[in-house]
Amino acid sequence: MKLSKKTRKALAGYLYISPWIIGFVIFTAYPFFYSLYLSFFNLDFTVFGINSTFVGLKHYIYAFRTDASFPIQFWDTIIDIVLSTPLILVFSLIAAILLNNKLKARAFFRLLYFLPVVIISGPVISELVINNAAQIVDPRKYFIYNFFSVLPNTISYPFIYMLNHLVLILWFSGVQIILLLAGLQKINAGIYEAAKIDGANNWIIFWKITLPLIKPFLLVAAIYTIVDLASFANNPVNISITQRMFDIDKPYSYSAALSWIYFFSVMILIGVAFLLLRPREEKI
Amino acid sequence: MKRIAARFILYFILISIGYAYLYPLLYMFTTSFMTVEDLVNPTVSWIPSKMTLENFKKSWNVLEASKTLLNSVYLSAIPSILQTLVTALIAYGLSRFKFPLKRLWLFLILATFLIPTQVTIVTKYMLFSRLGIIGNPLVSFLPALTGQGIRSSIFILLYYNFFNMLPKAFDEAAELDGANSFQIFYRIFLPLSIPAIITTFIFSLVWYWNETLLTGMLLGNEIKTLPIALRDFAAKFALMFPAADGSAANRINEGIRMAATIITILPLLITYLVLQRQFVESLERTGITGE
Repeated sequence: MKLSKKTRKALAGYLYISPWIIGFVIFTAYPFFYSLYLSFFNLDFTVFGINSTFVGLKHYIYAFRTDASFPIQFWDTIIDIVLSTPLILVFSLIAAILLNNKLKARAFFRLLYFLPVVIISGPVISELVINNAAQIVDPRKYFIYNFFSVLPNTISYPFIYMLNHLVLILWFSGVQIILLLAGLQKINAGIYEAAKIDGANNWIIFWKITLPLIKPFLLVAAIYTIVDLASFANNPVNISITQRMFDIDKPYSYSAALSWIYFFSVMILIGVAFLLLRPREEKI
Repeated sequence: MKRIAARFILYFILISIGYAYLYPLLYMFTTSFMTVEDLVNPTVSWIPSKMTLENFKKSWNVLEASKTLLNSVYLSAIPSILQTLVTALIAYGLSRFKFPLKRLWLFLILATFLIPTQVTIVTKYMLFSRLGIIGNPLVSFLPALTGQGIRSSIFILLYYNFFNMLPKAFDEAAELDGANSFQIFYRIFLPLSIPAIITTFIFSLVWYWNETLLTGMLLGNEIKTLPIALRDFAAKFALMFPAADGSAANRINEGIRMAATIITILPLLITYLVLQRQFVESLERTGITGE
C-alpha cells in the first residue's frame, strides 16, 4: 500500500506525539475528569467492588457550611497567592532590570539569585520557617511595622504580610527573574537609544518602553507564579486534600470536591492575571 | 560623578538582595555546627565557639541518609532522563510535521500545565492502587515516560521553540541524503540542541528531587526520598531519641534540624555549583519564554 507523502508525514507526526496522547489520556485526562465525577458521588467499598451513589453538591456545601477547618485553610491559601503573586512579579522585574545592566560580577549575582530555584522544596521551606531562618530581620522592631499594625487590619494586612514574607518572596522569584531577564534581552537596544535622543529619561523609558514590551513576559511569569504557589506542597489546601483522602465516611470523594473548589479558584486567579496583563490591540 | 553614584547604588541594592538570598544558607551552615551550649548562649550569634559534627551525625541517622540519598538519586535521575528524551521527541513531532488537530494538541499541552497537582492526586492514587504499583517507582517513571512528568509542558514548549529556530534546510538536506525522520532527529536535532537538553535535564532533576506532594502520597512509606525524610524529621527524631529522661542532649534543636536541611539540599547545591553556567545561560538562550 502506498500512502501519499502528506499522509505519511501526518502519521509520522502522530507517531512522535503518541506517547504524549497516551499519557495524557491515562495519567491526566482520566484522573482529572474522574475526580470531577467523584466529587458528586459517595464511594462504598464492598466485596463486590466499588458502589457509587450520587450525592450532588453535598460535598461542596459541606466544605463551606459544616467543615470547621477547610474554609480557613482555603482562604489563607487564596489570600497568600493573591498577595504573593504581585510582590513576586514586582520584585522579579526589579531584579531582572538590575541584572540586565552591564555588571562586573554579573555571573556571581545570577548564581546567587537563582540558587533558591534549586533548593526550594516544601520540607526545606518548613524547616527555614520553623527555625526563623526565613526571617532576616525581626520586622516587629521597626517603626514602619508598628505604624502599619496600628492601622485597620484590612489596610495594614498586605504591608505586614510583605514584611513578614520578604525572604519567601525572594525565594520564589528565581524562575521569574530568568523569564523576565530573557524578555529584557530581546528588547532592541536601538529603541532605548532613539528614546534617549528624543530626550526621555530613565523613568519615562521604563514606563513607555520597557514595561509595554515586557508585558507578555510578565503574563507568563504571573501564570507560572500562580501555578507554582498553588501546587506548592506546603500550602494548607494541599495538606487538607491529602489528609482527607481516606476519611472513613467519605473516602476520596470529599478530597476530590475540595480539589475542584481549589482548581476553580486558581483558574479564576489566572483569569484575572490574564485580564490585567493581556496583550492589548495596538492603539494608533 | 553622577554615573559613579548610580553604579554605587546599583551594586548596593544587588548586594543587599544577595545578602537576603544568602542569609538562610549562612544561618543553616553556622547553626548546624553549633553545640547545644552555643545555641542557648545569646552572645554566640554567627560563629560557633567550638565546631561540632555531632548534629550531622545525628541527623544523618535520623534521615536514614545512606538509604534515602540513594532513593532520591535514582528517583530523580531516571524520570528526568526519561522526561528529557520523551519531551524532545514530542516537540520534534510538533515542530516538524503537519497533521490534523495539531493546534488542539498544542493547546492541551499548555492547558495541562495549569492543572495543579492536587486536582488529580486523589484519582491518580486510586488508579495506581488499582494497578497495584503504589509504593513502586513506576508511579513516577510511567508518567515521565509518556510526557506527563513534572512540568513537562514547559519542557515540550522549550524544545518546540528551540526546534522552530533550527532552519528547515537542515532536515531537507538530510532527507535528500536518504535519512528518515528519526535519523534526522537523533543525528541532527539532538546534537544541535545540547543547551536545551541540559536545561531540561537540570530543571527536571531539581524538580523531581524536591517533589514531595505526589511522591509522598504515591510512594507511601516504602521508598523515602531525602526531602520526605526531612518532612518527617521531627517525628522520627522523637522516636529515635526519646526526650523523656529530660536530658538536653537528646532534645531536638535548631542545630540538628539545620544539619538535616543541609544534608537534604547539599547534593543539589553541588550539582548547581558545577553546572550553574549551563543552568542560567542556556535557559536565557533557548528561549523558554517563547516568542
